[in-house]
Amino acid sequence: MQQSGPIDCDVHPSVPSLAALMPYLDDLWRDTAVRRGMDELNTISYPSRSPLTVRADWRDDAGKAATTPQALAAQALAPFGTRLAICNCLYGAQALFSEDMGAAFARAINDWIAREWLDRDDRLRASIVVPMQNPELAVDEINRVAADRRFVQVLLLAGGDQPLGKRHWWPIYAAAERHGLPVGIHAGSTYRHPVTPVGWPSYYTEDYVNQAPSMQTQLTSMVAEGVFTRHPALTVVLMESGVTWLPAYLWRLTKFWKGLRAEIPWVSDPPISVVRERVRLTLQPFDGPPDAATVMRVMEHIGSDEVLLFSTDYPHWQFDGLDAIPAGLDPGLAQKIMAENPLRTYPRLQQTAHTETVA
Amino acid sequence: MNVDVLNRSGIQPAAASKVGIADGDVHPRPAGAGIGGVSKSLYPYLSKRWQEHVESFGAIYRQPWEKGSAYIKGQPQASRRDAFPPGGMPGSDLAFMQKQHLDPNNVVLGILNPLTSGQGTQNPELSAALTHATNEWEVAEWTSRDSRLRASVVVPYEDAVASVKEIELRAPDANFAQVLLLSRTAEPLGQRRYWPIYEAAAAAGLPIGVHAFGYGGWPITTGGWGSFYLEEMVGHAQAQQALLISMIFEGVFERIPNLKVVLIEAGVAWGASLAWRMDRQWTKLKAETPHLKMLPSEYMRRNVWFTTQPIEEPEPREHLAEAIEWLGWDRVLFATDYPHWDFDDPAHALPIRMTEAQRRAVFLENAKSVYRLL
Repeated sequence: MQQSGPIDCDVHPSVPSLAALMPYLDDLWRDTAVRRGMDELNTISYPSRSPLTVRADWRDDAGKAATTPQALAAQALAPFGTRLAICNCLYGAQALFSEDMGAAFARAINDWIAREWLDRDDRLRASIVVPMQNPELAVDEINRVAADRRFVQVLLLAGGDQPLGKRHWWPIYAAAERHGLPVGIHAGSTYRHPVTPVGWPSYYTEDYVNQAPSMQTQLTSMVAEGVFTRHPALTVVLMESGVTWLPAYLWRLTKFWKGLRAEIPWVSDPPISVVRERVRLTLQPFDGPPDAATVMRVMEHIGSDEVLLFSTDYPHWQFDGLDAIPAGLDPGLAQKIMAENPLRTYPRLQQTAHTETVA
Repeated sequence: MNVDVLNRSGIQPAAASKVGIADGDVHPRPAGAGIGGVSKSLYPYLSKRWQEHVESFGAIYRQPWEKGSAYIKGQPQASRRDAFPPGGMPGSDLAFMQKQHLDPNNVVLGILNPLTSGQGTQNPELSAALTHATNEWEVAEWTSRDSRLRASVVVPYEDAVASVKEIELRAPDANFAQVLLLSRTAEPLGQRRYWPIYEAAAAAGLPIGVHAFGYGGWPITTGGWGSFYLEEMVGHAQAQQALLISMIFEGVFERIPNLKVVLIEAGVAWGASLAWRMDRQWTKLKAETPHLKMLPSEYMRRNVWFTTQPIEEPEPREHLAEAIEWLGWDRVLFATDYPHWDFDDPAHALPIRMTEAQRRAVFLENAKSVYRLL
């Protein structure tokens, strides 16, 4: 394994089509997909043609990107000298209403990632896609896949059936903790509920901008329900939803914790400390101010040099050229964000990649 | 006796030296017991038809309980323990409010935001009748008795036609300083069903105040209903972010450039970060919303204000001053939320270094300017 270079904590291999998953589905689900004329499960969180979904200079002739490890390596790894990258597949299997179908497609995605991506480029790691429809089935999938140590995280979407702090999800957190896997919560939703607390928006732009407040309400749920108290070894990574909202959010959360902590007596430490210790955020899309001096002030407000993790969010269009690191970051902080923080967050990244694979 | 006593002869009593302040969020409520969620002290302003309706059916909202809030509050009536007048409910007694809050805190301008006014009740005609009655009551029992107070036009906002009618009725009346909406609406507030309300408010020169709470029926999180009152309280910030995102991207401020929106009781410090995020994403996605002619942050800078309570409390405190600086000192209106439990005391709530001009702006001048009371 290459010993230097950044670690990219959020890249998105794209399922080129449902057909690509067919070899990884068993007979029942393969027949189901064919007989019932299933459509692609591309999610409205990332409309295929949206300028944000794929940066223009990364699109291939078919308008897609990140459909092969070669393309990902050429566009996302080589230009940044990236040492390791974590693949978060955003195909919409979590939104299927059938629990069994959700589990079948999660299995297929994980096996497809292992065979078609991890086996072909040893710089790649991946998050375990789980059927959010049913925590029991999700735990089965974590237990099945976790033996392959190239899977370094459990992937959830910000929006599911229930708030992410609820007991409903705790078996997933227990399994992740047991296997030494952080839980990564990524922008996106199963759309069981609107993405805002005031109903369904009109524009895609609103949906995307609202991913930051969505992440905040979910973090409130996790803190308030005591997820961090109950799972002392669990790390939570918030992915692709900005970072500069964190200070103001934590000031407010901590103020209300002071006023209302009798309601949640199991949260004995101030939320601002809990979150700085246990929660990490990926860098892109960086939601910072335009000027470098203010970026430095915001970093000071975040209050810890350990919470941010480098990401390009490839192939989403968040920056142009190679400007993945915002101007204004102190070089020492940038260095921590690029490698040291990811290595600390993901214990499995520190281990030499080996070839044990999914059975 | 060998006791050193501070010579106080040259020191003024605190009240006399205090600068007058504006309070952008004061909550009056009708006195007395309510039937079906409606106080009998509103009856003088409610027709017989609606009095009978209330007594037979009550007022129902998109929430489970007949009485009280969906989330159980942290304390009775979500109020300061010392804010209950003898035998009454917090905020129901003007004389008590004057003595406890308006006089000692030297409030020279208090914006009244009634929260139990029939807004969000499901029967649209009842909502129109109750809000109308509440407006009558605000003038008869509050602003006509204390010249420091200004009323909000409460409107049945899920019905724009009825809301416009109420705004037009109140527009010539100087007792009213703003049109009040609650934040948790049936649809995001930028959507066109609400535009006539904004057009009428702008035509009348009245800002739109959007106060936390409401009954839209949607959960705070993208993943459904949280368990705790704390989640709802923290979540008012995200709810107001969502409605602001909606108003900006739907083009409300492009369509009505002179509309003023005051976001009440949802925080201040998140404003800058949201502006940065909106600008960065809109720059890439603007083909979807070509009706916007400026950056989202520019609409925010021109059309939107924020009340302070519950003010964020960072450590170190100076971070709050920076957060306000990024938002603009002219955007922030001081508010106490009297008589609620999370009341911000004007003597202690903003322990940050401010210039005299900044202090005057936040505590008085911005409110006078927004509410056109200069």
